Amino acid sequence: MEHAIWAEGLVKRFGQTTALDGVDLAVRPGTVLGLLGPNGAGKTTAVRVLATLLQPDAGHAAVRGYDVVRQAHQVRQLVGLTGQYASVDEALTGVENLVLIGRLLGMPRKRAKQRAHELLAQFNLSDAADRAVKTYSGGMRRRLDLAASLVGRPPLLFLDEPTTGLDPRARSELWELIRNLVAEGVTVLLTTQYLDEADALADEIVVIDEGRVIATGTPEELKAKTGGQSLAVRPAEASDLSAVVSIVGELAEVSPDVTGDLVTVPVSDPHLLPAVVRRLDEAGVVVTELTLSSSSLDEVFLTLTGHPAGSQDESEGSPA
Amino acid sequence: MTTATIPEVSPRVGPVEGLRQSLTLAWRTVVQVRHNPWEMSDFSIQPIMFVLLFTYVFGGAIAGSTSDYLTFMLPGMVVMNMLFVTLYVGQGLNTDLTKGVFDRLRSLPVARWAPLAGRIAADQVKQAWSIVLVLGVGMLLGFRLGTSVAGLLGAVVLLLVFALAFSWVAVLVGVVAKDPERVQIFGFTALFPLTFVSNVFVPAETMPGWLQAFVDVNPISILTDACRGLMLGDPWYTGAVAVPVVQSLVWAGVILAVFAPLSVWALKRRV
Ligand SMILES: Nc1ncnc2c1ncn2[C@@H]1O[C@H](COP(=O)(O)OP(=O)(O)O)[C@@H](O)[C@H]1O
Ligand SMILES: [Mg+2]
Repeated sequence: MEHAIWAEGLVKRFGQTTALDGVDLAVRPGTVLGLLGPNGAGKTTAVRVLATLLQPDAGHAAVRGYDVVRQAHQVRQLVGLTGQYASVDEALTGVENLVLIGRLLGMPRKRAKQRAHELLAQFNLSDAADRAVKTYSGGMRRRLDLAASLVGRPPLLFLDEPTTGLDPRARSELWELIRNLVAEGVTVLLTTQYLDEADALADEIVVIDEGRVIATGTPEELKAKTGGQSLAVRPAEASDLSAVVSIVGELAEVSPDVTGDLVTVPVSDPHLLPAVVRRLDEAGVVVTELTLSSSSLDEVFLTLTGHPAGSQDESEGSPA
Repeated sequence: MTTATIPEVSPRVGPVEGLRQSLTLAWRTVVQVRHNPWEMSDFSIQPIMFVLLFTYVFGGAIAGSTSDYLTFMLPGMVVMNMLFVTLYVGQGLNTDLTKGVFDRLRSLPVARWAPLAGRIAADQVKQAWSIVLVLGVGMLLGFRLGTSVAGLLGAVVLLLVFALAFSWVAVLVGVVAKDPERVQIFGFTALFPLTFVSNVFVPAETMPGWLQAFVDVNPISILTDACRGLMLGDPWYTGAVAVPVVQSLVWAGVILAVFAPLSVWALKRRV
């Protein structure tokens, strides 16, 4: 089957920085690919290359078989892009922003207006339709920005960190909108810094770091590899710290991370928590904190790369 | 499943389609002005304030009478105002670049030149409106046309042609500047000296020789001469008006030939 998005050996340099260092991607039609990585990993650069906004220094990429460099105009007809920062005209109203895009895509005026109102209703923005965008909240802007990339009903959608900076409610609203689009058959490439977001939306996750792909797989595969959750234990008495470290380490079969008096460990087996509680109780250790939470990206990184996300920045730090 | 059907893709944009897209983008700028018509005053209040200040404070001293000075200065004021209004192209473009709107436009299947052409086309609308504004204030204060309506229209067309060329300077500033405020700072640091060292406010004859030499080749002086000739005629401008008109057009051509390629090159580097 032909890939909706396909890339091989993408390289992009900005002066001394190598933003992409040989990235391969393959996305099947109708699926969601989550491009996961910390700040500066190269996510935006990858999206901009695939959306024809940047030319790669090496490698090839194609969208529905059209080369992003040689057949950029065809690619632009297939892709809707929502950039990392809402790129709507603040001086215009919500309707005007969407009508502008409809008109640019060649729709007659009436059709463009109709489509604008349709999208505003779908994105719960009808009440704000005639207000200037500069009066919108962050979540409203994000939704309008997403609506703007859907005016032409593109079969592919690129979303660059769509929920960064949104409050939890706006975030889950946006997730719901994305799920609806996927249900309609849209192929989605989504970048994120959050493992739970990739987990919630993506069929497949590609983890990138320093412009290189460091892991690929379904969310389940990745979680199995990295320990999908993390356990944190804080003893009441500092003298119990070594006991906690040895109990947790023995049961999890990995050496725990200790920050101050907080002991954390990645967890993949759900039976670990009751076992830890039992053993601590037997040892007579009193704890003030015992939590099981989804691993943060940092923990995934620690497991995959052996170094925390972004740590090389510090070691490379400027000579001054 | 409507969204998932594979749409027809066309290999390129035709020139007519590109022109239509540019006009759509120009419409966008006009809507911005309609929402906030006094945004124009950022730049237009300046010339109007100058008209008032120079006329009533210096006018008597410079020209012997305020009404004579108003007549002398107003054509130059229109020129100066035109230069400042071109900065809107730079500011608007810079805002689009910094806010990501330019990327969105580039991600759409539109002609590559449409976003820029739309900006510049829309600027012509703002130009026309601001010329009317300054002339209107001048007329209220007692400025009278010395030639004919045809002369006035000729001056307006010449100003718009020059503005079109000078817009490319503003495009370059808009691309190079970090943020929209810096575009405005450029306006003050570069355009003010350029208009002061011209014949806009006082005749060049009163200046020292070396300065006169500069004033005489300054395109702002030449354009001001052309406007004086077209709007006022004798005794404000004596000689064949065709000379400064043709020289202004040549200057416009030179500015266009230098700054259009330079701006396009800078834009390609920035995005
Ligand atoms: N236009 C640019 N000029 C110079 N460096 C850039 C530019 N865009 C990105 N970079 C650098 O490339 C690297 C990857 O950036 P980016 O793709 O934005 O990462 P992410 O989106 O994952 O945070 C970073 O080190 C960034 O500083
Ligand atoms: Mg980014």
